[in-house]
Amino acid sequence: MRTLPIAFVGPVMRKEFRQIRRDSRSLIFMIVIPAFLLVMFGFALNFDVKNIPLAIVDQDGSRTSRGLVEKFRTTEYFRVKAEPDRTADIDRLMARDKVRAALVIPETFAEDLLAGRSADVQFILDGANALSGSTAAGYAAAILQSYSQRITLQAMERRGFGSLTLPLKTDVRVWYNPELKSAKFLVPGLMAFILMVILTTSTAFSIVREEERGTMEQIRVSPLPPAALIIGKLVPYGLISLASAHIVLALGWALFGVAVKGNYFLLLLSIVLFLISGLGQGILISSITRTQLVAFLICVLTTILPTFVLSGFVFPVRNMPVAVQVVTYLIPAKYFLVALRGIILKGAGIGAFWEQILSLAVFAIMALALSMIMLRRGGATRGRRTRQRSTEREHERIPERRAP
Amino acid sequence: MKAILSILWKEFIQLRRDPRLFPVIFISPILQLLLLGYAANLDVKNIPSVICDMDRSAAGREFLEGFLNSGYFTVAARVDRLDGIDRFLDNGESSMAFVIPRGFGDDLAAGRPARVMIIADGSESQSASVGVNYAAMIAARYTQKIILDVFERARGLGLRPVIVNLELRVWYNPELKSRNFMVPGVLGLILMIMTMSLASLGIVRERETGTMEQLIVTPIRPYQLIVGKLLPFVLIGLMDTIFVITVARFWFAIPFRGSVALLVAGCLVFMLNTLGIGLFVSTISRTQQQAMLTSLFFILPQIVLSGFVFPIENMPRVFQLATLVIPIRYFFVIIRGIMLKGAGLADLWVQGAALVALGTVILGLSVARFRKKLD
Repeated sequence: MRTLPIAFVGPVMRKEFRQIRRDSRSLIFMIVIPAFLLVMFGFALNFDVKNIPLAIVDQDGSRTSRGLVEKFRTTEYFRVKAEPDRTADIDRLMARDKVRAALVIPETFAEDLLAGRSADVQFILDGANALSGSTAAGYAAAILQSYSQRITLQAMERRGFGSLTLPLKTDVRVWYNPELKSAKFLVPGLMAFILMVILTTSTAFSIVREEERGTMEQIRVSPLPPAALIIGKLVPYGLISLASAHIVLALGWALFGVAVKGNYFLLLLSIVLFLISGLGQGILISSITRTQLVAFLICVLTTILPTFVLSGFVFPVRNMPVAVQVVTYLIPAKYFLVALRGIILKGAGIGAFWEQILSLAVFAIMALALSMIMLRRGGATRGRRTRQRSTEREHERIPERRAP
Repeated sequence: MKAILSILWKEFIQLRRDPRLFPVIFISPILQLLLLGYAANLDVKNIPSVICDMDRSAAGREFLEGFLNSGYFTVAARVDRLDGIDRFLDNGESSMAFVIPRGFGDDLAAGRPARVMIIADGSESQSASVGVNYAAMIAARYTQKIILDVFERARGLGLRPVIVNLELRVWYNPELKSRNFMVPGVLGLILMIMTMSLASLGIVRERETGTMEQLIVTPIRPYQLIVGKLLPFVLIGLMDTIFVITVARFWFAIPFRGSVALLVAGCLVFMLNTLGIGLFVSTISRTQQQAMLTSLFFILPQIVLSGFVFPIENMPRVFQLATLVIPIRYFFVIIRGIMLKGAGLADLWVQGAALVALGTVILGLSVARFRKKLD
């Protein structure tokens, strides 16, 4: 008679918890790193392009040109870092990364304007920093445009046309995050990023460690079904990550005022589904690796950069080439982010993002099923391989960890 | 020397024993680079927008044309009523909305100030702020056009508008491709992740399996042991550099304007730091799991605070000071300088010196700890 797999889950969980407790530093790290990173990134990061270091070469040196320089000096977008005498010096400043942009006002600037001619100014941009480059060019264009308008209107007034009001009023409103605070935007993103990295590596390690130490073979010869093994291993790490996610939420609220606008249970559901897909990914990685070193490298490379870059956390997915966009469908963090932003910032209901929740659920189920299959198959083939190599690897292995 | 060579040999044999390690070390960086080279694109284009034209006048359509022809915005939906917008912003189907209220055309024709409304989804601050900037610029251009029209009509009065033209020149990367900025950064990240984790986990593994003790009882000097253990990782790091640079240069056609020798020197100096941190992590970790988590603890902040994506000058003062001890920050300036700007030693010596100084301190500290552990 077979015992139901569920009966085995308890003991595996207890064993796993005991092992986690034995290594208190790892436990603390798993819980504290996410919170630490959130605090640090929340305060440090900023998407706004401001304070762009600028060099100004004022070849004119007239009152008019100083007026324009003043415009650049008083905006928060630029910070004047250098005022070299010659344009040739700009080269050196940019190569050393001292300035990112340079404004050159030609000698004839005031003369042209006074004569009622249009004047040219040169704006040199360090294209190597492409991220803020186009924005900087936009700011410069906007400053010059309003400067020209003001001069034109002044000229008209002087000639007795009366004051002319600007014909168009633009009313800009930003929803969900009126001050465009990056912290609000970052909390959901960081949650996905941090949970994914920590969770996947921890899960992969918990299995590969047994593999490397040889204790997995002991488990394999025991009458433990793979499903029970996986669930028993998932639950402790899942609970730790869940706790960690709540710490992140609480800190986001306490420090950055990011309150959960939407339904908490919906949030919990998406977190749990996301965690399961992260755990599944960890198990998958563990099933194709034999050493913790390789498992770590694969985990880091498949979680850090892709979650950072492909999930839409930093780079908008719609700008990517189609082939890469297809790849992003395989990144659970992408769905998680949309759902999180929807629930936390917009307070949207399930109607707005049921597709994301569904995708996460599919991911979670697939990851679990796949990892169970891999674990079962891996057990068979690896068993053979280990037997072949067992004599050669004997010296590398240590017996099961001594109890303290 | 012979002792170092034999340790080196032993390390390579050990590394080779795991059949998955070499593919991971050499193929995955290239896969990463390919993926990120295509994905890392901050150019905000084709922002999906909702159009709510309640006026339906020719002037309103002309105004909207200005947005839609700019390439920055595409129409995701057209609605008739203001409250129709909510749905599209809520589910993220569109990120911006343009609203032309009733009376827009009449106001303009009568010379009264007309109003338009631009709504942006602030939950994506990055694209929102860029989108708002673009929209404001296009609206300003429209304003200018109206003013010019006024002048056109008043031509007989001898009035001419005064315009300060912006002559834009972009150096180093004329098309402002994000890729040219990101790919050199990816090299820095890969180099850091690879060498740091190889060093920390590799050494802890040796201690965990107990073979470190066997090494200690052999007549090998501590410094020979350290050099022999770290040298393979330096070689792996250099190989990775060559691979990544080759792909960057020939696949992505990213310019390489500076000197290769200087770049290699930069990588070596940078690896002093990453290996130093790796060795340090190994001395404070008992198990590989601890080493892994501790490495992450060092890696993650470095990625975010280094200027890889988020500009350092926007951070609060305290954090700007903190970034001074982050080695990869200097490496990013060096590698982007060499590849994109053709910067030489005269331009980059400050960063180089910072890396040497930091590296010496970190490596010195961890070697001291490592030796103490050996004795």
